[in-house]
Amino acid sequence: MLENYLPILIFIGIGLVIGMAALIIGALIGPHKPDAEKNSPYECGFPAFEDTRLPFDVRYYLVAILFIIFDLETAFLFPWAVVLHKIGLYGFLAMMVFLGLLTIGFIYEWKKGALEWQ
Amino acid sequence: MFNDLLLILWIIIKIIVIVVPLLLGVAYLTFFERKVIGLMQSRIGPNRVGPWGLLQPIADVLKLLTKEIIIPSASNRYLFVIAPMLTITPALAAWAVIPFSQGMALANINAGVLYLFALGSLSVYGVLVAGWASNSKYAFLGAMRAAAQTISYEIAMGFSFVGILLAAGSMNLQDIVLKQQGGFWHWYWLPLLPLFVTYWISGVAETNRLPFDVAEGESEIVAGFHVEYSGITFALFFLAEYINMIMVSTIAALLFLGGWLSPFEGIPLLGPLFAWVPGIIWLFLKIGGFLFLYIWLRATFPRYRYDQIMRLGWKVLIPVTLVWVVVVSLGVEFKIAPWFI
Amino acid sequence: MAEIRNYTFNFGPQHPAAHGVLRLVLEVDGETIVRADPHIGLLHRATEKLAESKPYNHSIGYMDRLDYVSMMCNEHGYVLAIEKLLGLTPPPRAQYIRVMFDEITRVLNHLLWLGAHALDIGAMTVFLYCFREREELMDCYEAVSGARMHATYYRPGGVYRDLPEKMPQYKTSKWHSEKEVARLNANRQGSLLDFIWDFTERFPMRVDEYETLLTDNRIWKQRTVGIGAVTAERAMQLGFTGPMLRGSGVEWDLRKKQPYAVYDQLDFEIPIGVHGDCYDRYLVRVEEMRQSNKIIRQCVEWLRKNPGPVMADNKKVVPPTRMAMKEDMEALIHHFKLFTEGYCVPAGEAYTTIEHPKGEYGVYLVSDGANKPYRLKIRAASYPHLAAIGEMVKGHMIADLVAVISSIDIVFGEIDR
Repeated sequence: MLENYLPILIFIGIGLVIGMAALIIGALIGPHKPDAEKNSPYECGFPAFEDTRLPFDVRYYLVAILFIIFDLETAFLFPWAVVLHKIGLYGFLAMMVFLGLLTIGFIYEWKKGALEWQ
Repeated sequence: MFNDLLLILWIIIKIIVIVVPLLLGVAYLTFFERKVIGLMQSRIGPNRVGPWGLLQPIADVLKLLTKEIIIPSASNRYLFVIAPMLTITPALAAWAVIPFSQGMALANINAGVLYLFALGSLSVYGVLVAGWASNSKYAFLGAMRAAAQTISYEIAMGFSFVGILLAAGSMNLQDIVLKQQGGFWHWYWLPLLPLFVTYWISGVAETNRLPFDVAEGESEIVAGFHVEYSGITFALFFLAEYINMIMVSTIAALLFLGGWLSPFEGIPLLGPLFAWVPGIIWLFLKIGGFLFLYIWLRATFPRYRYDQIMRLGWKVLIPVTLVWVVVVSLGVEFKIAPWFI
Repeated sequence: MAEIRNYTFNFGPQHPAAHGVLRLVLEVDGETIVRADPHIGLLHRATEKLAESKPYNHSIGYMDRLDYVSMMCNEHGYVLAIEKLLGLTPPPRAQYIRVMFDEITRVLNHLLWLGAHALDIGAMTVFLYCFREREELMDCYEAVSGARMHATYYRPGGVYRDLPEKMPQYKTSKWHSEKEVARLNANRQGSLLDFIWDFTERFPMRVDEYETLLTDNRIWKQRTVGIGAVTAERAMQLGFTGPMLRGSGVEWDLRKKQPYAVYDQLDFEIPIGVHGDCYDRYLVRVEEMRQSNKIIRQCVEWLRKNPGPVMADNKKVVPPTRMAMKEDMEALIHHFKLFTEGYCVPAGEAYTTIEHPKGEYGVYLVSDGANKPYRLKIRAASYPHLAAIGEMVKGHMIADLVAVISSIDIVFGEIDR
């Protein structure tokens, strides 16, 4: 069973190697002539006003939290979906109750305006 | 011990057999894209390098390789260099579980769909790290957009996967394809049509392609997360984006369009007529169709605004998938033929 | 916990959507724009000052380079001012030619605007479609003046020369076979007027093509409806003119309200919008292209029927003909004097305006009686529009800023001068 996953591990390794090899080749055969202007952060041709790393309002904090809930739900649904034809009506109803609760939560969030941009 | 080494060597050879055509495919996908878009826009596209411009992608690769790698002084050097690797690795590794035809998969694992889903979520980290490490405001805005967009569409995508799992009763990609046997009308695109459409839209959004390319949004935030990247570091992002495009198309073909199965299966005259065509050809044709769709979308649509993308994801796609997952589970529960047996 | 702050950063000049060299200092809260402060002057070439040091007719070429996508309209404004000071009226044929080329220029400008606007919003294909049509109109410029952009075709007293009887042809090359060239030259066999007529036959269908891609496109509407809206009242307060004002629902067009050249003899309509948002401005401009097409057709018909001189009969201003110069010493000397020393314009001042594709383009000319202007002031059509950008984008998002910038149709050659 587990030996099925060996190729995946090797593949990930090879993926890393490809990424690294490309970077090394690029670094070796490309020129390297840094200067202050070239290395300054891009801000449309003028010096940057201020540092990028400020406490900055990215506006989708709530969406990110919602995402965690829903993503967990997906993880919960996956095994259920696979075995649904075996677990019968009881399993089906149990999940429907769960989905119902989740939907109510979702509707609440929607009405509260958590999904609005502003 | 020796046997183990041999086994590993064999696996590596198989991986190379997958990766090399894949990279070539990406190179010629860019060529195909430029040609097709060129024709759609009443121009000719690349035609100078080699016959009909066929060597253009090679020239592009050579050019990108010989360009200087610029590492901005304000950036976090290590993260900045690691980010493209973080993007390309999951994009490549996802191919480990793809069955190209009956029994033709590197790793035939039972959690195939879950693995694809997991690696799909990983790809956003490279983008996030790139945007953060660049320490440039445009890059940062791009990374934030990419993060928000990815997490919003991941859910819709996950739900459409749930629909597939319900219908197939398995997470193994080979089993899912085999469950769709019986010709065009037995493939899952029909009973799962809303999920199919949702999957495709989410797929386009996850790969940051038009009309959802706000993370790059050339005319808004210049190039978004990879604005500071040059030469091969940029090429890796580009490569990953195109590998992901092929990946999304492949998954769509496998899950919704019967993978390597012939569309004429079970049709009296056409079925036997096309029986000799190897499955892998059908799969490639289907993938090609989806890739063409990508390019077509790009040539046709304007770009969505960031908040409109989020609204589409949360307020349209997620409710649609939620409802359809319930419908499908009802179908499975009450064994509605011919799809949910 | 640190306090959340707004970002302040540069948008442009090195930005794909800056339409040249616009520099905006943006303050954003998340992606919402709190303040947008345009900084101009990066393309300043001192056109007005340069004109003070040159004879009047030397500056026509500078006018082309102001708004470099509506070249002949700029020339028209300047030439009208000189003519007003001189008390000169060009012959009707010259006026019809001017109107025809003004409208060709309007179509050129609106095509570039439409392409750039669509490209900024992400619809790449429209851009290339627009350039396909621009190419043919540029050929008209080339046929009539020899230059595809900076024509210097309008002269005080008329236009440089009459319309050519044959069009320039494509030639075979490594990339174009005989057959291809024959296809490209198919509509270039007759005179320029035939070529323009052929273009006007096809053009409405081409506009339909753009509209198919955009007008009812849901994404396009989501991106433009309600974005950068300006009410009619506010638009007037801000000094808007042209499509920007008409998009807000004010029926104001100098071609109708203060007709110049022969606009009062032509039949056309002024499209107006309702909401004053990007979408309405888009609709107004698209309809203007159709109206311009109509005007061009009327001009072609008139020009076909009425041959005649294209320069006023005033030897003090108008150079002698080429033929005369070859034979007549006096004519050669006169030509030399006219093009080096110029002519003296009676003291006084004149302000002339034309309906430029971008709005009201005005030229204020003060003469002290010398051969050079004492002062030249140009009212750039899109300058007041750019000045209002902070107000138009406030509360919108960065993506909308791009839509608004392109919908006000700015060209920096004109704003920075």
